[in-house]
Amino acid sequence: MTKIAQLEKSIKKLDRNKGPLIPLLQQTQAIYGWLPEEALRHISEALDIPLSKVYGVVTFYSQFYLKPRGRHCIKSCQGTACHVRGGKNVLQALEHHLEVSEGGTTKDLKFSLDTVACLGTCFLAPVVMVNEDYYGDVAPKEVPKILKNYE
Amino acid sequence: MKLKDTTRERLKSVAELDALRRKLKAARDPKKVTVLMCMTGCRAKGADKAAAALRHEIGNFRLKDKVDIVETGCHGFCSMAPVMVIEPFGYMYCKVTAEDMHEVARTTLKTGEVIERLCYEDPITGARIPLNKDIPFYKNQKKIVLRNCGVIDPTLIEHYIERDGYAALGMILSQGVKPDKVVEMVKKSGLRGRGGAGFPTGIKWQLAHDQQNPTKYLVCNADEGDPGAFMDRAVLEGDPHTVIEGMLVGAYAMGASQGYVYCRAEYPIAVRHVKMAIEQAEACGLLGDNILGSDFSFHIKLKEGAGAFVCGEETALMASIEGERGMPRPRPPFPIQSGLWGCPTCINNVETLANIAPIITRGPEWYAGMGTETSKGTKIFALAGAINNTGLVEVPMGITLREIIFDVGGGILENKRFKAAQTGGPSGGVIPADFIDLAIDYDSLAKVGAIMGSGGLIVMDQGNCIVDIAKFFLNFTCSESCGKCTPCRIGLTRMLEILNKISRGEGVPEDLETLETMARVIKDSALCGLGQTAPNPVLTSVQHFRDEYMAHIVDKKCPSLKCKALITYSIDQELCRMCGICSKSCPTGAITGQVKKKGQEGVPFHIMEDTCNKCGMCYSMCPFGSVALA
Repeated sequence: MTKIAQLEKSIKKLDRNKGPLIPLLQQTQAIYGWLPEEALRHISEALDIPLSKVYGVVTFYSQFYLKPRGRHCIKSCQGTACHVRGGKNVLQALEHHLEVSEGGTTKDLKFSLDTVACLGTCFLAPVVMVNEDYYGDVAPKEVPKILKNYE
Repeated sequence: MKLKDTTRERLKSVAELDALRRKLKAARDPKKVTVLMCMTGCRAKGADKAAAALRHEIGNFRLKDKVDIVETGCHGFCSMAPVMVIEPFGYMYCKVTAEDMHEVARTTLKTGEVIERLCYEDPITGARIPLNKDIPFYKNQKKIVLRNCGVIDPTLIEHYIERDGYAALGMILSQGVKPDKVVEMVKKSGLRGRGGAGFPTGIKWQLAHDQQNPTKYLVCNADEGDPGAFMDRAVLEGDPHTVIEGMLVGAYAMGASQGYVYCRAEYPIAVRHVKMAIEQAEACGLLGDNILGSDFSFHIKLKEGAGAFVCGEETALMASIEGERGMPRPRPPFPIQSGLWGCPTCINNVETLANIAPIITRGPEWYAGMGTETSKGTKIFALAGAINNTGLVEVPMGITLREIIFDVGGGILENKRFKAAQTGGPSGGVIPADFIDLAIDYDSLAKVGAIMGSGGLIVMDQGNCIVDIAKFFLNFTCSESCGKCTPCRIGLTRMLEILNKISRGEGVPEDLETLETMARVIKDSALCGLGQTAPNPVLTSVQHFRDEYMAHIVDKKCPSLKCKALITYSIDQELCRMCGICSKSCPTGAITGQVKKKGQEGVPFHIMEDTCNKCGMCYSMCPFGSVALA
């Protein structure tokens, strides 16, 4: 099934009465991996919500992406516990090795690097999460070793 | 009884629920060996691999019929992860690995003998403590909200029912307790909202109950965004039904027919467990139309957040549920008068709702018997930072900071000196060591300028810089400010600029007055709770640690060596092993020297101070600790 057809299917199944936009955007992102313009235009027409408003919602929430994402998503936690245990230095090392700054994606679309306010796993501080894998007590020099685990 | 793939039958009356509970209790063999393994937080440290290995070993030793493995939620003792508790012996094993499982199966599971090397080691005496209940971390706790966490399998409603789950709902329906009587009970218990502000829950329910509109909503606020707080995650992951039962009781009391759980999307396991819990409760007739054959109906929908801290604020949360940008609205009207889609909406926090079932079944007097004059019951704290026992603890209100940090928390890491505690996350304050004997409740914390908040408790030692911490929180609130009102959008930005200036060594003494004035203005004029509380970390830190600010401003020194612009980096020529890693990682080319190769002499590396931009990369990357700070 094409992606647009999958989106069509999600729209058909939607409960339109109670705040449908955010759940639909979440589903759309699950289909595409990000939110391309054509999909947003489609949603705007289908729900009869102005595109400007759809755009406004998309840019408000940090989990929606308007650019393609890397195959592996890295989240460097910058919560309080991670901060007091050196989370900033870990982020710096990640930026150095990936040659992107936070929020960026490597040119080969292998990694996206994001920061997150707290992963709720403060006992592992400082934490880095790659996809669904947690790495705890990370020292900046261990960063290359972590990145090697992903293809 | 195999519950994993059981088909659930709809319970048509309270009597049927009670019968099911009796049946479940009777089927439990108290002597049977049961392994309770945390499969939520501990998963991050490899609990899933250990569990798989244990299953394999149980097969090898032909113990399948003699041993049960229960995949539970959080046991709280996260610094010992992965943990397992083996009943009926009560042994707790810490930091277990897949490799340990052969011995666990051969020794403990087969013969009941304890494996000493896996038991908790007392950091002071070095003695091994085999029994869960004897470990100081647990001894000083009182588990009410977390009573089932780490004990039951949260993906099975039967486990919850067996431990008197849904008994509060059953009691209300079977005895025909009137809604206003339920409100009265919650009022009498003295329960206050655990989300941060501490508004009395009973009064909120009374207001909701008194609304005339026939359509009312009850929302569970599970958008736990405070960095450093993870109790709601633990409750939702480890015991989701207790939250659902709390919502059912609330909905009955106020006359709501639709509920929402608004959960942070960064918590995938919590989302999964809540979804399962809703489905199972619906299948059992405990949720939906005509619950347990009565004329009480209530539905719950799960809404996933999309990543915005401000959505923890109740009016922003409602905007987000309605599919809008999560921006707060002015109050009044309060959500209780006009909330979701203009209807009365009661919003309660996860931990608040998890207190409800015990209050109903054990009585409000019992609950009010715990805690202090103005703050009843227990509170969960998430201990993190420079403390030995990081994890989740549930303690009675009124406990002192000293008891939490040193008795339950096991003291400061590496025996360093306690400097300050930070409670309430970005809305809270810094409490200095002088207040270590402060009995903690809502009001005592407010008196010292901090707040209870959601219960994050970050412990700081001498290595943490107060200016850096204040800057950290302000940075967070600045980037999470929704931008709607000027005091928060512009005011916090200006405050952050001043703090940045101070930490660069460019501050002037008047900056502190400016900070304090701005902080008070923002507190008075911001639209929502985020802005009104955001200056707290700065205010309290200036109040209690003025000297440290002055060290940055006047002496241009950071006593804790955290503010990078005020540090000088140098390489110890004696310790340098001439590997060249520092030079390769330096972004400004400020490090020179010659790499030592086989058969060749090297030259120790050296940092040129005028080219160094003080990024600290060399310090982080040096494998031999040869880079010194001053």
